Amino acid sequence: MADVAVTETRKLDAQKLRADFPIFEQLIHGKPLSFLDSAASSQKPRQVLDAIRTFYETSYANVHRGVYELAERATAGYEGARETVARFLNASSTREVIFTRNATEGINLVAYAWGLNNLGPGDVVVVTQLEHHSNFVPWQYIAHRTGADFRMLALDEQGELRLDELDDLAGGGRVKVVAAGLVSNSLGSVNPVEKLAAWAHERAAIMVCDAAQGAPHRVVDVQALGADFVAITAHKLCGPSGIGAVWGRMELLEAMEPFNLGGHMISRVRFEDTSWGEVPAKFEAGTQAIAEAVGFGAAIDYISEVGLDAIERHEHELAAYALDRLAELPWVKTYGPPADRRAGIVSFNVEDIHPHDVAQILDGEGVAIRAGHHCCQPLMAKLGVAATNRASFYLYTVPDEIDRLVDGLHKVRKILS
Amino acid sequence: MYREVILDHYKNPRGHGVIEDADAEAEGFNPLCGDEVSIYVSFAEDGETIDDVKFSGRGCAISQAATSMLVDMAKGRKAQELADLPKDDLLDEIGIPLTPIRLKCALLGLGVLKVALHRAKGTPLPQEWAGLDELELK
Repeated sequence: MADVAVTETRKLDAQKLRADFPIFEQLIHGKPLSFLDSAASSQKPRQVLDAIRTFYETSYANVHRGVYELAERATAGYEGARETVARFLNASSTREVIFTRNATEGINLVAYAWGLNNLGPGDVVVVTQLEHHSNFVPWQYIAHRTGADFRMLALDEQGELRLDELDDLAGGGRVKVVAAGLVSNSLGSVNPVEKLAAWAHERAAIMVCDAAQGAPHRVVDVQALGADFVAITAHKLCGPSGIGAVWGRMELLEAMEPFNLGGHMISRVRFEDTSWGEVPAKFEAGTQAIAEAVGFGAAIDYISEVGLDAIERHEHELAAYALDRLAELPWVKTYGPPADRRAGIVSFNVEDIHPHDVAQILDGEGVAIRAGHHCCQPLMAKLGVAATNRASFYLYTVPDEIDRLVDGLHKVRKILS
Repeated sequence: MYREVILDHYKNPRGHGVIEDADAEAEGFNPLCGDEVSIYVSFAEDGETIDDVKFSGRGCAISQAATSMLVDMAKGRKAQELADLPKDDLLDEIGIPLTPIRLKCALLGLGVLKVALHRAKGTPLPQEWAGLDELELK
């Protein structure tokens, strides 16, 4: 009889994890905090806050410059964080990880440093109707500047990409860039980036993946994804704001022009001309967010310890629970795919009541949700709304917070209908 | 925040609708939330006194109620008076503390009215409202 390998995904204990997050120790408007806006930004555990504080208190100096003990410690902290990010993304080389301010800056880096020099009339840039403005506006702008064609892959009624329309979309042009998010920040849809990457590569195009919303919630393996550039941000995965990273294939990074110019990114500076430093220094001009990078590494350690598989499963359960509870309310309309094909994000509208008013009344109940267009105006146009409400979950979210959301929605109706 | 007078204006907005062949009109939107409002004005025979104001569009309770209150405030006054109307006069009428984000909701209608009067009558449009003029939806 053959051996049977039993693998069991660890189940996370959200109630226990909440104790790591000081933000939950306070009352908001006299009520416990129900924080359902983690897709906008996540809360921070003590482990990350302590790592940043300890770094400042014991190891802080500028990096890559001094020869003294503190400078060496600081450099080790900063470069150690790069190794952590590289492991987290399964990059084949640590040097392929470039620190940025956030995912948006990572995508801008690619759009400017690759796009400006590789796009022109007759070329096609493909984005999706689901994109966050971060992976939409830079490509629209660079396409217009270079004369390339800017095209958008549409969605079906469930908010999933119409892959069947790809070939038609490419008609009459050379596809050079395909840009898509891994997880939609509005609908929670998980996009088939592997398929898009394969399609892009058949046409010798590059695949640029915005994983800002994917990396906090599921394993991101850049080699398995098959993308050429992948952008992530720390603040959505329990890390500090002000730091993110873009991973890119080394041969592309080597061939690219720099993005920001100044100190550290140079090899030799003369009055006549300047030569660039090696990757990744070539893309990291000026003093970087050093302590934030250390916090980024600590955040990756924290969520990895909890386990990305466990986080993903926890969020699926919460999304399913939220969709079930919201389905009890005939005056609530939800958007997006079924729970098994989405991350922990639920967008919805309350009949005849503006999302701002919903969110404002919920705030009085200590329930924090996002109301607005979620930086996805092309998607809102497709849904035929100006804005939606969005509840989003993370590893510290418990079902009770969703129950309080539903109770709050009854109150919204009572006041405004 | 949702006190009685706000809810009353929200549920029974004054001047909700469109004036065909309006003497002055403008549209504006709030880039934070995508809300849109159009304002229509007709003048009395003197060409200066506001005879009627109507508004259409979509928005939250605060923006709808504030615009409805503005309609009540505007009728019977001269275009120049409205162009000069300090935003605090409308905020006093609303009478609730507003966070910076909700302030934009509350003042959208007033800004669009000032743009409409500026275009029709050439009344001055102070810098703080000029952005709305440029953001007009086509």
